[in-house]
Formats: sequence, C-alpha cells, structure tokens
Amino acid sequence: MLETNKSIPQKEFVLSIEGLTVSFDGFKAVNDLSLYVEEQEIRVIIGPNGAGKTTVLDLICGRTKATEGSIKFKGTELTRLNEHQIVHAGVGRKFQNPSIYEDLTVFENLELSFPRGRNVWGALTFRRDTEVVAKVKEIADMIFLGDKLDMNADLLSHGQKQWLEIGMLLIQDPELLMLDEPVAGMSVSERKQTAELLQRITKDRSVLVIEHDMQFVADIADRVTVLHQGQVLSEGSMERVQSDPKVIEVYLGH
Amino acid sequence: MTKIKDFIGRYQLSHLLILAVILLVVMPLAMDIFRLNLVGKYLTYAFVALGLVLCWGYGGILSLGQGVFFGLGGYCMAMFLKLEASSPEHTAIQSTPGIPDFMDWNQLTALPWFWEPFHSFGFTLLAVVLVPALFAFIIGVAMFKRRVSGVYFAIITQAIAAILTILIIGQQGYTGGVNGITDLRTLNGWDIRTDSAKYILYFINAFLLIGCLIAARYIIKSKLGRLLVAMREREDRVRFSGYDVSSFKIFIYCVAAVFSAIGGAMFTLQVGFMSPSFVGIVPSIEMVIFCAVGGRLSILGAVYGTLLVNWAKTSFSESFPELWLFAMGALFIGVVMAFPNGLAGLYQTYVEPRLQRFRKPAPVASQSQVVSLEAGKTATTTNSADKEYSHAGNQ
Repeated sequence: MLETNKSIPQKEFVLSIEGLTVSFDGFKAVNDLSLYVEEQEIRVIIGPNGAGKTTVLDLICGRTKATEGSIKFKGTELTRLNEHQIVHAGVGRKFQNPSIYEDLTVFENLELSFPRGRNVWGALTFRRDTEVVAKVKEIADMIFLGDKLDMNADLLSHGQKQWLEIGMLLIQDPELLMLDEPVAGMSVSERKQTAELLQRITKDRSVLVIEHDMQFVADIADRVTVLHQGQVLSEGSMERVQSDPKVIEVYLGH
Repeated sequence: MTKIKDFIGRYQLSHLLILAVILLVVMPLAMDIFRLNLVGKYLTYAFVALGLVLCWGYGGILSLGQGVFFGLGGYCMAMFLKLEASSPEHTAIQSTPGIPDFMDWNQLTALPWFWEPFHSFGFTLLAVVLVPALFAFIIGVAMFKRRVSGVYFAIITQAIAAILTILIIGQQGYTGGVNGITDLRTLNGWDIRTDSAKYILYFINAFLLIGCLIAARYIIKSKLGRLLVAMREREDRVRFSGYDVSSFKIFIYCVAAVFSAIGGAMFTLQVGFMSPSFVGIVPSIEMVIFCAVGGRLSILGAVYGTLLVNWAKTSFSESFPELWLFAMGALFIGVVMAFPNGLAGLYQTYVEPRLQRFRKPAPVASQSQVVSLEAGKTATTTNSADKEYSHAGNQ
C-alpha cells in the first residue's frame, strides 16, 4: 500500500526533494527543504546571498553530499550516486562562473561533452564521425557560436563562454537542466539572446535556474521558489511571490 | 595561456622519423660501443620522462616517485638474470649452491617463494609490465578515488619511493640490499656483456622507445588526450559532463608506470645491474627534471631533454663532480621560470617559424614571430581549421 502511495508523486514530478538537510560543522546551509519540479517546468530559485541556492544545486548534482533527506529524479535516488552517474541519469548543471576548457577549441569543448565514449576504452577509441560533427554544429548554431568552432575558448567573451557552457550541457540532452546565474555579467543584448535561447531549449525538459535579475526571472519563470536561510520562504507564480510580504521583507525590499 | 593546441597539432610523423633516424642510424654510426651503451642507458630514463609527459604534462598529475616503477621493472628483469647467473655450477663454492650469492652471504638456505617464478623468462617479461601496472593501479585507486591530487599526491608518491628504497635496503637477503642485484651475465644463455650484445640491446631499446612514443602519441591524439587536458583545467566540468575522472587518472598513471618499467628492465639488461639508487627520491626527481627540460607537453622533447641533461651530467661531473647537484637544481629552477615549455617550447617559438618560412614562401607574416598573442592565435586557428574538417572525414 505504501509503495503505491509513494509512486504517485514520482509520476507527476521529475524532481522531488524531501526533507533535504546539509550541515557544515553544525551550520545548516540547507534545512529540511522540500521542493518539487514538474515535467517541462521552468523553475527559478531566488533569494538573498547565503540563502543556500547554489548549495541546493550542488546537492542535486552530487557535488555536496546531503546530511539528511532524499532527492528523487524520475524515481532514482540521487543522493547515493556519484557525480558522473547523476549526469548519466539525465541531470546537467551549469556553474556560476563559466566553466569551460580554455585550452581547447569551441568544437573540442562541445565534442568532449557529447555523450559517447565516456569510459577509458571509449575515449581511446572515440571517432569524430559525421554524427558527432553534425551534432556539434547544430548545437553551436543554437548557442550563436556557429562561426567560432575553431576558436580557442579562452578568446571568447564572457557572455559567449556562458553560452558555450550551456551548449556543453545541451549536447548531453539532459532531462533536467540546472543553470546557476546564466545571465550574470552579460550585456543587455546578450541577456535578451540568452532569454530567447532558454525559451527554445527548455521545450522538452525541466529547468532549474538560479537568478538575481528580476526582469529576467519574470521573463522565463513558470514558478518561483524563494529560499531564505536554507528553507523555502515562498513559492508560486512571479506575481504571487512578489506580493508576498515575507519575501518583500527579506529580499525584494532591499 | 599556453598553446597546447600547437603542441598536439604539430607533432607530425616527420619529427618522429627524424628522432628515429638519430637513434637508429646517426648515434650507432657516430659512436663507439662504450658511448653508445651510455646513450642506451640514458634512453632508458627517457621512458620514464615520456610517462611523465603523459601523466604530469597532460594529466596534471605530478608524480615524484616514478623511480619506483623504473625500479620494479628493473628488479623483475634482474631477478631473472640473477637466477640464471646463479646456477649450481657457478655457485659451487657457496654453502648453499644454486641461490644468488647475496642470499648465501645473508645465511639464506633456500630461494624465497617470490623468486621462484622468475626462473621463467615468459613470466619475467609479463612481470616487468604487470607488477608495476598493478602497483600503480593500487596507488591510483587509493589516491584518485579519494580525490587526492596536486602537491599531496606528489608528496605521497615521494614517500612511496622512500619506503620502497628503505625496504629494498633493509631486506638484504631477499633483494641484495644497498648493492642491488649485480653480476648479471646471460639472458637465456646469451651473454649480455659482449659488444655485439650491447649493440643488439641498444637497438631493442631504441625500438621499444619508439613503440612507446607511438603509443603515447596515439593516446594524446585520441579523445582521452583532450580529456586529460580538460581535466587538468576543469576537473569538475569533466565530472559533470558524465566522466568518472578518477578512472582516467588511474589509467594514465598506470600507462606512465608501464613505460617506466620497460625502461627499468632495459636499464638492467644494458648496464648489467639494478640497485636501490635508481628507485628513491633523488632519481625520481631527476626524471621529472628530464621531462621538464624537454618540455612537459612534448613526447619527443622528453627524449631530447633526457639525452641533453644526461650528457651534461656526464661531462660536467667528470670535471666538477661536487658541483653537479647544484647545476641540476639551477637548471630545474631556470627551466621552470624561464622556459616552462622546455626545449619543445623553445623549438616551437624560435626554430619552427623559421623552418616554415623555408617550406612555404610566405605563409602568414605573424607566424615568423609571435608578435602578439592575438596574431599567434589567429595563425593557429587557421591551421587547425583545415585539420578539423579533414578529421571529420577520415576518423
């Protein structure tokens, strides 16, 4: 009986976080947090500095191990898996600072992220066939870098590096995409392009975004979760959250 | 940023051919057997330096204990040769004939169990490769699965080198102690001390080295080579692209260990003994210096660097033996500070552009001198552009 009860939310939610707690030397960065993300939903997490936003992403992708609680992704418990196994399960994560391979070209950056030949033998025998080249070009066009395939990645602008990292995730085709401040440090026009890009790439997947730029949040979010001191302060549509007095008090009011 | 693309891209087969000609034709013609044997000895260190190019230069894993694997390979070979040299006829004057002389001196009356399999040459050849590979695998799993890296890893490998040296010296009856395993004579009845044997061993050594160079080149040209560079830059990103980073580190560390061990075995054959003085901290660090001088991103540089430093060591220490260690230290500091890419970097910056001017009338003006970073990069990009799509076709 219990089993059937449990399986109901798993069908509706791609990601269900329950009672998640992590403590660093007694300090609870995330405290008994519960969060559910639906299929094809764009969820934005906002909150003041130190609210535990990035820690939540770290916990989901396995970079930090939870002290307590569970993270279920399509029925798989993620807290017991290694980082690369979580990626194989279908979770992709973009870091706050663009995290790309600066010594390699744009092409090679994308190629290394192509989900094939991921073990030692596979990497030794990996061949750059037409499928790989076609996929790399498709993604490069999507992230506005189609004409920069042979450029060393360290020569890209900050915004282009952010796009490249998004592209490296897209080529993995994850079902859950996590983006940590994707438009931080971008110019106004880059911001607009990124918003368009996100609208396009989020069609067949769920997305979890951390962002500070309220206009950008309003543009893309289906629902917004406000974190404060490692707990959910408020959750709902952008309007609802913006008019929540608790939220205004701790975050938006400043 | 260093131009790693250039290093990967420009190691064309022609460079390997030039090295092969130098090793297989020029050296044997230009030198007497004494000098050639010396070069052969130096070349065995090049195996270690080559392994370091892969694991330190590409993978960013600095091991200060590669002497361990050189020694393990060398000792495996020495054990076989020693058993052959210790036939009952040759050791009739001992109180226990048929065991190695140092065991007899240490009051051992029977051959220890782990020496027994080394009667077989086939087993010995396997052991030369597998014992160091297994040892490297165990160290690798213990360290890399726990994400020990950087300076901590370097210190631990150094400690392992020290421990192994102490163990070998302490267990005199089993290992020959501080003298090592000496007085080696024949390999399956073939006297390895004659001039003709030394010639043959030199060529076997050179062919093995070229084989290892080709294997190393294959690895760095494969996706695994690019992954190593990526891991060195952004380990987390590689992990979150779905790769188990530790397995790649273990692999490349084992490859470096196997290369070193082949060098060690060839050392024993060519020099005729093996001792703990090639296992410990000092030789291990010297090998890192060979690699750094050659250019830690250059597999061919590793060979030239090793030859050059050893040639300098031999000629310098003949005249000023006490100064050599200081010179070596100064060399290392100088290379790291002034030429971080070693000989290969110098060649690439100063020699190659001039060569290219000869080959093609006027390729790109900016290639002759790296005037600015931008100019250099643009030139590289145009080069790799053709390469990229030709790869797409034939790979």
